[in-house]
Amino acid sequence: MQHGSPDSVSSLPQREIPATTVNTDGKPVAGGASIAVPQSSGMGQLWSIACANPLSLVAFALFFLLIAVAIVGPSLVPYDPLASNASIALQPPSAEHWFGTDNLGRDVFSRVVVATRLDLSISVMAVVLSLVAGSVLGAIAGYAGGWLDALVSRVMDTIMAFPLFVLAMGIVAALGNTIENIIYATAIINIPFYARLIRSEVRIRRNSTFAQAAFISGMSHWRVLLFTLLPNALPPMMVQMSLNLGWAILNAAGLSFIGLGVRPPTPEWGIMVAEGANFIVSGEWWLAVFPGVTLMLAVFTFNLMGDGLRDLVDPRQRQ
Amino acid sequence: MNMMTGAGQPQVAALDISKLDVNFTTRRGEVNAVKQLELSVPRGTVLGVVGESGSGKSVSAYAVLQLLEANGRVTGGSICFDGINLLELSSTELKDIRGREIAMIFQNPRAALNPVRSVGRQIADVLVAHSRVARSQSKAKAVELLQQVEIRDAESRYHAYPFELSGGMCQRVGIALALACEPRLLIADEPTTGLDITTQNSVMELMMTLVRQRQMSAILITHDLALASAYCDEVVVMRDGRRIESGRPEQLFNHPVDAYTRKLVDATPHKGKSVRQLLPAAQQQSAVVKAAPGEVVLSVKHLAREFRSASGTVQAVKDLSFDLRKGECLGLVGESGSGKSTTALMVARLLDTSAGSIQLFGDNPQEYVDIATIPSAKFMRHDQRARVQMVFQDAGDSIDPRHTAFQAIEQPLRGLTRQGRAQRRARVAELADLVGLPQHLLNRFPHQLSGGQRARVNIARAVAVSPDVLVLDEPTAALDVSIQAVVLNLLADLQAQLGLSYLFISHDLYVVRMLCDRVMVMCNGEVVESGDTGQVMNSPVHAYTRQLLSAMPALPGVDEATDAARSNRLRPPSLRL
Repeated sequence: MQHGSPDSVSSLPQREIPATTVNTDGKPVAGGASIAVPQSSGMGQLWSIACANPLSLVAFALFFLLIAVAIVGPSLVPYDPLASNASIALQPPSAEHWFGTDNLGRDVFSRVVVATRLDLSISVMAVVLSLVAGSVLGAIAGYAGGWLDALVSRVMDTIMAFPLFVLAMGIVAALGNTIENIIYATAIINIPFYARLIRSEVRIRRNSTFAQAAFISGMSHWRVLLFTLLPNALPPMMVQMSLNLGWAILNAAGLSFIGLGVRPPTPEWGIMVAEGANFIVSGEWWLAVFPGVTLMLAVFTFNLMGDGLRDLVDPRQRQ
Repeated sequence: MNMMTGAGQPQVAALDISKLDVNFTTRRGEVNAVKQLELSVPRGTVLGVVGESGSGKSVSAYAVLQLLEANGRVTGGSICFDGINLLELSSTELKDIRGREIAMIFQNPRAALNPVRSVGRQIADVLVAHSRVARSQSKAKAVELLQQVEIRDAESRYHAYPFELSGGMCQRVGIALALACEPRLLIADEPTTGLDITTQNSVMELMMTLVRQRQMSAILITHDLALASAYCDEVVVMRDGRRIESGRPEQLFNHPVDAYTRKLVDATPHKGKSVRQLLPAAQQQSAVVKAAPGEVVLSVKHLAREFRSASGTVQAVKDLSFDLRKGECLGLVGESGSGKSTTALMVARLLDTSAGSIQLFGDNPQEYVDIATIPSAKFMRHDQRARVQMVFQDAGDSIDPRHTAFQAIEQPLRGLTRQGRAQRRARVAELADLVGLPQHLLNRFPHQLSGGQRARVNIARAVAVSPDVLVLDEPTAALDVSIQAVVLNLLADLQAQLGLSYLFISHDLYVVRMLCDRVMVMCNGEVVESGDTGQVMNSPVHAYTRQLLSAMPALPGVDEATDAARSNRLRPPSLRL
């Protein structure tokens, strides 16, 4: 929450100066007349959506908290996440060690905080990659139709025919056990979702009147696709993206859990849960529960954020 | 009150709505959609409720059957049907009244029918649900009902699915459904909106004949004053949820008391009215006088288009030829499927032609470019693109929902000119002034604009690059009459000011009569009649043109022939002439 509020406060000055933003955007200020409906900036819009929907407010606050932890967390943690100290192994949560210590005496809280950056970057990069690749494939398939559409669609169906986690396992095992390969594997298994979504959104609007109006206005096929059809597919894409961020984190953690992907001693939520699981039977629950709860919270945040993000990119939601 | 069934007996109303209030809870708070509404439908009469969009006319009808959307509720007043206050009934008691006592006919017949059940079965379902007949006899009864609504071959149509029937047929099924249980009150919500004019005519005739035969009471909700006056005993005008004025149609439309009713009557196009007379006297500007048509700008020769489908080849347009002169307005009239929209799309070069040429003439009358030879997939980047622009039917759908009004108007300037940002901004401001769009609305999104404002944006965009030819595809079909009046005047002004040539596509003969110099009537892809507008409208030669003209509902007092037909229509069938 502390991290959420500075962001929202810093958004206020941007909202206060519509006149200058309007000018630089190339929006009309005919005769210097004042604009009756100020177009709120992205941050201002975010704020008004968050206010309208308390769940979105919670989601955005948690999201900013996660981002802040990922950025500044590693430099703020009380202990070195890799430093082992056998004398304090397996201590329960205390004022000294908030989340307790693990079997090597490492501070679980520090490890959970430091892992945020790695887990978030894996999922965000994987989602961005699959978003870009899926959008390009889906947009071309939906716009061109014909054999190109058939080809892209069948390739996507082929990917979907595999159990996705097993496919990801196979890719990582074949390409080698590195972080980049986890990202690629996660991206590849998510491409079909974006490609299918974009394809249908583009197909629906391809013959719409406003696309025809764009042709009449001298817009080429590429410009209509890029500046008319794709932006209109953004709102459902945002929902898909936020759900996918959650899946991607789970996928990365899952790969690490079964020993593919991030390798110990690197702090990562999935490995921590995997390693901690051995100790639950002997009563040392904190090893697995804290990274697990954090993981759950991150997925929960991304899933909650979908509706808010959709409203953010949909001008029809503006009053 | 003035409709007496017997000798001076006090009349009990079939439906009595008093002090009705309906509220909707929206994101922006409570909206009072119907305010203190008073309506009364005497037994055996037809009440017309007219008003523009947002007037609350449909909401009041839905309130009667308590079919309001989840966020709406009745907050006050009473709705008495035969002395029973419907608002006090439980939902099971209401279920008995809905369909059996009060039936409803919906606006979009295709959407009102279940797409995966055959139409006959749907009628049978209603009969069984209200225990009119046993399941075993339901089929025979449903077929009988289909015959009553004049569906030919009812026996086999019983098994037809809604998608296999035309719009008019679907509405006939809708009527059969509504009348299945012999209700005493029928509520028809815009029953013929979206249907062709000749279909509208036959559907309305059928519906009203059945209503009168069965001595039912009915409420006809419509935006069309002429339609209401043709079929109703009494008409109520609504605006913003309030009752404005009521009376018998002749009296109401010939001598309106309220200013709003007068404005509506004025704005309704009818025979012998000019486009300027649609607006109140105060708003009738002394517009620029239109110059006589000049040289030929566009010459269409032997244009044809066929569509191939699995079921065969359809000739949408057959051998169409016409010339369009500078500053001329050529009307293209026809019903759905006549090929008029296909023609519009071909001339606007959004659709490829199958045969024929579309010649665009420049300053030199001997030189032309045949734009039909350029594939439509490439025409958008062609240097002739700016010379032919188009105004689309639904102004809302034709603006990218992510574009502001400014961006929409700017679009052709970006695509078709080399103007810099400052130039474009100045031009958009100029265009907004030209079409009468206030400057401060320019950075609104389409959903933040009213229908009339969207139409202005649409027109400003079409004239932005100063085209020679403007193709207008039903530019006012989706607008309320009062807004249509303003937009038609704007179009007339623009043509006079800019010397534009219009190809004006419409199904509304009155609109075409007011705006166009010449008119072509299309039927099944062919022009059946063409010529000077006045001549075609006053002395039509072709039977189809005559049929179209006679199907147009007219306001009372405008045309004696239609007045006579009206009074005949209002008589009980036994007394008809």
